[in-house]
Amino acid sequence: MNQSKKAVKRPDGRKVDEIRKVSCKAGVVKNADGSAEFIIGNTTAIAAVYGPRELYPKFKQDPSRALLRCKYNLMSFSVSDRKRPAPSRRDIELGLVIKNALSQLIFLEKYPKLAIDVFIEISQADAGTRCAGICAASLALADAGIQMRELAGSIAAGALGDLVVLDLTKEEEDYPEGATDLPITYLPKQGLITSLQLDGDISFAGFKKALKMGINKCKELVKLQEEALKINYLKGDKK
Amino acid sequence: MNKGIITESRSVVVPGETIAIGMNYLPGDGTYREGEEIRASLLGLVDIRENLLKIIPLKGAYIPKRDDNVIGRIKDVGYSAWEVDINAPVSANLLVQDATIAYVNINRTDIRRFFDIDDYIYAKVVKVSKSMYIQLSTKDRDYKKLNIGLIFKIKPVKVPRVIGKKGSMINMLIDETGTELIIGQNGVVWIKGNKRKDELITMKAVKYIEEHAHERGLTDKVKELIKGWKKDESK
Amino acid sequence: MKKYIIELAKDNLRIDGRGFMELRKPISVETGVAKKAEGSALVTIGDTKVLVGVKLGVGTPFPDTPNKGALIVNMEATRLSHPDFDSGPPPPKIIEMARIIDRGIRETKMIDLEKLCIKEGESVWMVFIDIYPLNHAGNLIDAGALGALAALKTARMPKLGDDGRPTEELSSKKLLITKEVLTLTFIKINDTIVVDPCIEEEEVMDARITVSTSGADRINALQKSGKGGFTEDEVIKIIENSFKIRGMLKKALSDVK
Repeated sequence: MNQSKKAVKRPDGRKVDEIRKVSCKAGVVKNADGSAEFIIGNTTAIAAVYGPRELYPKFKQDPSRALLRCKYNLMSFSVSDRKRPAPSRRDIELGLVIKNALSQLIFLEKYPKLAIDVFIEISQADAGTRCAGICAASLALADAGIQMRELAGSIAAGALGDLVVLDLTKEEEDYPEGATDLPITYLPKQGLITSLQLDGDISFAGFKKALKMGINKCKELVKLQEEALKINYLKGDKK
Repeated sequence: MNKGIITESRSVVVPGETIAIGMNYLPGDGTYREGEEIRASLLGLVDIRENLLKIIPLKGAYIPKRDDNVIGRIKDVGYSAWEVDINAPVSANLLVQDATIAYVNINRTDIRRFFDIDDYIYAKVVKVSKSMYIQLSTKDRDYKKLNIGLIFKIKPVKVPRVIGKKGSMINMLIDETGTELIIGQNGVVWIKGNKRKDELITMKAVKYIEEHAHERGLTDKVKELIKGWKKDESK
Repeated sequence: MKKYIIELAKDNLRIDGRGFMELRKPISVETGVAKKAEGSALVTIGDTKVLVGVKLGVGTPFPDTPNKGALIVNMEATRLSHPDFDSGPPPPKIIEMARIIDRGIRETKMIDLEKLCIKEGESVWMVFIDIYPLNHAGNLIDAGALGALAALKTARMPKLGDDGRPTEELSSKKLLITKEVLTLTFIKINDTIVVDPCIEEEEVMDARITVSTSGADRINALQKSGKGGFTEDEVIKIIENSFKIRGMLKKALSDVK
């Protein structure tokens, strides 16, 4: 088992707890109430928020809180083999996973009977798309002036064989000895994990290590989002 | 962390950022309390008044509050009430008994003679229920149907800047442009001047204030700008 | 109802009288119940009843895996199983459940998909697993996963005709299953975490985690669902309990040949 640790070298030379280059920007979709772009390595996510706004049909309205809806979509050309535009089952599942990741962020009770819609489009997919989407959505919600408890950080932890690493690329996901993908969303102020998925084969000890690494990185990503929002604010808002 | 105020007044904060620690601070708009901490719930500027902590938001939809003055557009007319678009996520309602002090027999009167679809009104928000039922009134003296003028929207969060401390900015605008000007707290602006050109200058000035809201000495700057634009117009 | 359940939890009780880490009874697995399917299993966990069928077909491989068979897992929201299920395609929550079960099977690599290749690039075996709730009384995921495992273990490969298409005749050959994935679902209500939620608990839950494990120390799939969140400690505790409790599910399977 130890042999594989020594032999493993990441294709792009990154250290085990090093993530790809991240950049984020708020206010990229003028029509939306809030928006943001989040780029990590070659993965690019754009999120737009519309809301709070009127919710129809009436029977869907919740008199005590807003309804949060999320849609996740991979653009056809975001992947190597063109993806058909219609939502796949994966897209539908991820829309639900992302909605569940964001629900604890927003003071939904402050917007009774209304809807808050989050749209995420991936224009370039090189693994870690849902995490990039969640970071973009967190920024977009803040950009929209929607009342939130805090910002959310999301990153894919994982393992190459038994070696715990952060932020696998698509190439690394196909690691011959088996890779484990562990996307996490963490809310630092509330200390809550609001999205957690794992695909692969990992020991309990490996899992604990990956989880901790991922949580710490999520905290850093929240700081990055804070900076991006402040920079955008200070630049002054152009209509 | 020690008790007290953590952030500087007028500094930019993000949701979740701690503004102050201590039970003696009051969480105002845009903040929330978690244990001893008061944290921001909005992206914006910290506003500290003694121990009331608020956030002045950069953006945000207009969420109506009681006593707000708003400019609305009649969306629909019913038997005894109107549905009004006040630039909020939900429509507002104006009941006929809140529209006028005159006695109205709804069985004999078509209330459209007061306000018809697409009319604009200047009204007061008298009630906002927990489930977002918004009630307006145009009974008091200043509220009325607005005659044809220039109507446009600005970001609701910028309205306080356009009005200014004790109305200093809006009064300056009225004096310098010679137009009538009403700014609804819901971000809707109504301008009526003798000349179209004057109305456009006022709109230009309001939009300038919206974009440069964070700058100091804005009132004087805009006053000078208006003087310049008026000169250009008369050339 | 939520307040009541929270009150009971303070006294370490659940609405149906179970302990927090206790599975419902009976847990039963009966295979070979849908004779037209190549493999099938009827699973009961408490009042939840799920029927899983495995159909083996022949098809063209996916372009990026020309030498591998295909695994397709689906769950339907059968209207007869619960009054709130609507007609139409499965809603997102049900799609999510199917995909959770899929990943449990797929990530353990308990089926060697390369062994399902008939002619590289041309024809491969497609394993269709379809899960139909018959009575939804909570925790369709664990029941569905258990049924899928049992149906796969007992499935028999159809004989191929001269045209390369499967015939109605079944061979005595079974699918090669090298491992067993066991799936357990936990929910959080307020600060209480319980295993195998009944429907009353599901309706008031804050969040849910499903853990798929194979063997004594291998985690193959995880999924957190629902609007709430878990702390790091809660997640660790849940996985510890998964390893402790999985034996109960294994026992129910032991009668399956």
